[in-house]
Amino acid sequence: MDAGRAAGGINESPPGGEVGLGASRRAVRPPPRPEWRCELLDGAKVEETLLEVNNIEVIYNHVILVLKGVSLSVPKGGITALLGGNGAGKTTTLKAVSNLLHSERGEVTKGSIEYRGRRVQDLTPSDLVKMGVVQVMEGRHCFEHLTVEENLMTGAYTRRDGAGAVAADLEMVYNYFPRLKERRKSQAGYTSGGEQQMCAIGRALMSKPETILLDEPSMGLAPQLVEEIFGIVKDLNEKEGVSFLLAEQNTNVALRFAHYGYILENGRVVMDGPAADLRENPDVKEFYLGVSEEGRKSFRDVRSYRRRKRWLS
Amino acid sequence: MSADFLFGIEVIINGLMAGVLYALVALGFVLIYKASGIFNYAQGVMALFAALTLVGIMEGQVPFSHLINAIFGTEVHHFGWHVNAFVGIILTMVVMVALAWAVQVVIFKHLVNQEPIILFMATIGLAYFLEGMGDLMWGSEIKKLDVGIPQGGSFWIEENTAFLGGDDFFGFFIDRLDMVAAGVALILVLALVAFSQYTKQGRAMRAVADDHQAALSVGISLNFIWVLVWSLAGFVALVAGVMWGAKSGVQFSLSLIALKALPVLMLGGFTSIPGAIVGGLIIGVGEKLFEFLIGPMIGGATENWFAYMLALVFLVFRPQGMFGEKIIERV
Repeated sequence: MDAGRAAGGINESPPGGEVGLGASRRAVRPPPRPEWRCELLDGAKVEETLLEVNNIEVIYNHVILVLKGVSLSVPKGGITALLGGNGAGKTTTLKAVSNLLHSERGEVTKGSIEYRGRRVQDLTPSDLVKMGVVQVMEGRHCFEHLTVEENLMTGAYTRRDGAGAVAADLEMVYNYFPRLKERRKSQAGYTSGGEQQMCAIGRALMSKPETILLDEPSMGLAPQLVEEIFGIVKDLNEKEGVSFLLAEQNTNVALRFAHYGYILENGRVVMDGPAADLRENPDVKEFYLGVSEEGRKSFRDVRSYRRRKRWLS
Repeated sequence: MSADFLFGIEVIINGLMAGVLYALVALGFVLIYKASGIFNYAQGVMALFAALTLVGIMEGQVPFSHLINAIFGTEVHHFGWHVNAFVGIILTMVVMVALAWAVQVVIFKHLVNQEPIILFMATIGLAYFLEGMGDLMWGSEIKKLDVGIPQGGSFWIEENTAFLGGDDFFGFFIDRLDMVAAGVALILVLALVAFSQYTKQGRAMRAVADDHQAALSVGISLNFIWVLVWSLAGFVALVAGVMWGAKSGVQFSLSLIALKALPVLMLGGFTSIPGAIVGGLIIGVGEKLFEFLIGPMIGGATENWFAYMLALVFLVFRPQGMFGEKIIERV
């Protein structure tokens, strides 16, 4: 199986029920090792794995099982995409990593999450930000009554390296997002959706992060703006060396900018591989990119096909 | 100028002074409500508790002396020393910070993400617990609080304004304590505004008020901010307790001034610090003026209900108060 992966092949998840799945996945698919991940990424130099999510199960409110054994890894310096439809578990996965789950009565009941080889499940979000992992939440979540600049400054809350370094980073953020500089004195609640998304990403940058967990940056934005924001994400990745774990519904855009992708369905990883391969994969094309070999299919055909696929896998 | 007109002005000035004291209590409510969405019913009791503690410390009382005496059959009441007002206030502040921390760790840490009504009920419980605690620690008798604030009418003002309005006008009577209270309240508000606008923790406090989840995501510790906010509210309660305590003695009716702060909040808005001040002033002036002008026609004693009626009118026409934050909705 490993050989197949190294050649860039894509593996469907093995069949199995709810209970046995975690164990069987673990046996079948060991966590990716850095050596062969180097070749997988499109030319990006990779020395180490930053984040290692191993077979986690997340339960909300003690009863609702949302993640049923998700494993993934984020290499240093890469953009890793987490794809899937509504309710697939993308946001939950990100929140499990950043530990924002606790405040929503969710908890990781099985599996492990390691950052730089250290278990991070019991840390507070604040500790994680200090370690260099920061989440940009879905739907922007700017501080509406604070000005744009104050929003950015709250991002530097955990920093202890002095006002000079923070001011330099503020300038860096303004360089990447010139529009924020124009709106620096206006209340964030009155800025446009695109500006709020920029503000949220800029705020995360102010914590001097190593890894940004970026949740659904395209939500509610015009296609042109989505391109602009993804372009900046790519820039940040290449020039500032920030690694990204990106949750997206917009598979098309995400796969163009990411290096590696995982596809989640119903709380499980059903497919993963280098972004270039996923783009070419017929199933991905059909389900997520909306095109297939035989041209467009009627909605009815797609639905029945999909239902059949679910029973099989 | 007629004597009646001048008397009206005196009523307004005294109303403003009384309003400042209402505003002091309302401030504590605003701080906690803004940062955590908790309507803290215990704010008035916190003022009482702070004043009791201050008197106790200054008089060198032994805390829980009744309890100790009852259990061990001893007769201790006082340590036998007296602490000056400045040190007393600092020690009381330490107690209030400890209280803030305990409230957060024991109660509200476990109630994160609960319904507002549950949080409100918790503060009612806290109010009665604190009332009993104050009673148990420092005794239930009415105490005199003297922190060196001058009291009684200002003779200087009275002499200089006497006979302005003819022979039957004897000058403005303005209580010096009220003037000090107004000055202190002004400084307190400026300090609070400066803190929340220009410091890192103040900014974090406003961030938490806006969006808990987002604040968590940038690494702000909610627990720390809430302890900070409750400490600030404790400080404001202490100031209010000192002023009211010096005015009318430290007694359990002090906790009821919290009820006077409610109409102030409805007027000023639950989320605005300047709103609490302006609301307090309007209620203070309004009720004094109403009593002076309309009171005699309808049998007096209007001060008891005027504030609530005014608040009701406001609720109908402007539910978020004068300065309350409107929910920003982009269209």
